[in-house]
Amino acid sequence: MNTATATLPVEKPAKSRGYWGNVGARVVRDPVFWVAASVVLALLAMALFGPWIAPADPQASSMLSRLKPIGTDGYPLGSDELGRDMLSRLIVGARLSLFMGITPVILAFCIGSAIGILAGYAGGFTNTAIMRTIDVFYAFPSVLLAIALSGALGAGIGNALLSLTIVFIPPIARVAESVTTQVRNRDYVEAARASGANAFTIVRVHVLGNVLGPIFVYATSLIAVSMILASGLSFLGLGVKPPEPEWGLMLNTLRTAIYVQPWVAALPGAMIFITSIAFNLLSDSLRAAMDNK
Amino acid sequence: MQAPVQKPLLSVQGLVKHFPLKKDVLGRGGGVVRAVDDVNFQVLPGETLGVVGESGCGKSTTARLLMQLIEPTAGEVLFDGAKVGSRDLPLKEYRRQVQMVFQDSYASLNPRLTIEDSIAFGPQVHGVSGGVAVARARSLLAKVGLEPTRFAGRYPHELSGGQRQRVNIARALALQPRIVILDEAVSALDKSVEAQVLNLLLDLKDEFGLTYVFISHDLHVVRFISDRVMVMYLGEVAEVGAAETLFETPRHPYTKALLSSMPSMDPDRRTLVAPLAGDPPNPINPPGGCRFHPRCPKAEAVCGQVVPSRKALALPGVTQGVACLIHEPGSGHTLAALPTAQEAA
Repeated sequence: MNTATATLPVEKPAKSRGYWGNVGARVVRDPVFWVAASVVLALLAMALFGPWIAPADPQASSMLSRLKPIGTDGYPLGSDELGRDMLSRLIVGARLSLFMGITPVILAFCIGSAIGILAGYAGGFTNTAIMRTIDVFYAFPSVLLAIALSGALGAGIGNALLSLTIVFIPPIARVAESVTTQVRNRDYVEAARASGANAFTIVRVHVLGNVLGPIFVYATSLIAVSMILASGLSFLGLGVKPPEPEWGLMLNTLRTAIYVQPWVAALPGAMIFITSIAFNLLSDSLRAAMDNK
Repeated sequence: MQAPVQKPLLSVQGLVKHFPLKKDVLGRGGGVVRAVDDVNFQVLPGETLGVVGESGCGKSTTARLLMQLIEPTAGEVLFDGAKVGSRDLPLKEYRRQVQMVFQDSYASLNPRLTIEDSIAFGPQVHGVSGGVAVARARSLLAKVGLEPTRFAGRYPHELSGGQRQRVNIARALALQPRIVILDEAVSALDKSVEAQVLNLLLDLKDEFGLTYVFISHDLHVVRFISDRVMVMYLGEVAEVGAAETLFETPRHPYTKALLSSMPSMDPDRRTLVAPLAGDPPNPINPPGGCRFHPRCPKAEAVCGQVVPSRKALALPGVTQGVACLIHEPGSGHTLAALPTAQEAA
């Protein structure tokens, strides 16, 4: 880009594509990004249009065709312990599973970033007070904390979302705090202070743009964890309740059939696996594209 | 002194900055780094005051204290007679009048903002509307030699070091300040670019009637640009004087040593022996008396006990002031003059 303008002096104002333009240019050259992005897009399409794509009613049970193997006529991916079509249930289940995976991360991203940026920019005692409070949550393993919180709040989707959000605030706040602390000590923040700007303006103009990227990438990687935790809560009966199709719950109810139809029983697990891998790879390639200047 | 007495634009009185050291669990340690210790000086309107010294002597800390980026432990800064931060001169107003250019041209520009937005940020903070601020940014870009139509929309990583430092200068000028503090502003540039930027600084000074505080470790550059020079050693001022006087007839032994370390263009005047041995002492526990005495070739026992007077250094427009017992009549140093009759009385 520089060499082009150096060798060919252009007269018109050269509005360059900037940082995000460069990240975009790098990310489209990464084959992993395309694979991961298309899987994520397919999953999102399933989540949005599931009921219309699904070949059968995911709730329609049939006592006569229970636990059919994969490839049975009328049941392309077999049927579950109540004779419901697995393919339809997996497709329709994407909506709840993704919702349970993404919502807590979005909420935690907003709250955690705010806490972390506040702590990082304020520094000193405020920082210590906030971050040590956050550290208390680290005393519990995240799975245990999620189970304990939703157990205490009672079963249900809302409470499961709430408990997962609380689980994800500390790690996001910690990342936000460390990135903000780095940015706060850069000369351009000093220069902004030297120009007389107040803390709010400096955070808005000079800090946010430089910290939200890394925090966002980290949050993306949490989507996979959130899906697994949400599935786990459903598995324990603390999240989604039957007969609602949700992958974690399906995995739970099918586990008794693992000796009868192991492949069918493993399908919801495979979906969770594919989804988390796709989100992980997506955030990985985003991070790689953002790393080099 | 001889110069007509002018009202100083910037007056620094008893400036002290001690950085506390962390105590360990048992409460040991916990000393302080005496980065800047009782620094007094005056900057006259329209002059360029050069500040020189080895690394770690407190030059940059002084700059950050002047800019009020860090809180001084003691002492105050007066601007145009008003105390900075008082009701007469709120910090925000002071920061419009006094601006700073940092050494690292890359780190001092926000990588996510175009350079015109970076320059326009300051005026907008002070209530200038966005359109006017951008117009001002573009005209300043033209002033510092960057064609606005080509450069205004670029990001910092698309510019060379010299171009970025020009942007930083334009940003400092965007607030229409009266003093610009240049903290090693040209030190990171290569020699040809450095010369261009220095000439640019001189042109801008004439055009906008600026006053510079020029901090550098490069003695040649300081001599070229400064009207007066202040030599710092270990957080204290050793000598102040008019640039020519100080470079031709240095009086403080440290200034002499510093100047003799300058590479000379004249083969007959080349340096044969290292003028100073070792590193400066630790500012956590500086030597008593004159801080330079452990390394001073002319030190005597009295130098370790008596702190040289710094009265002469703080006068406005002082053309040669030195904090050294040799130049203090009656100090007890064998090279010092005997006390004059009136001082003895």
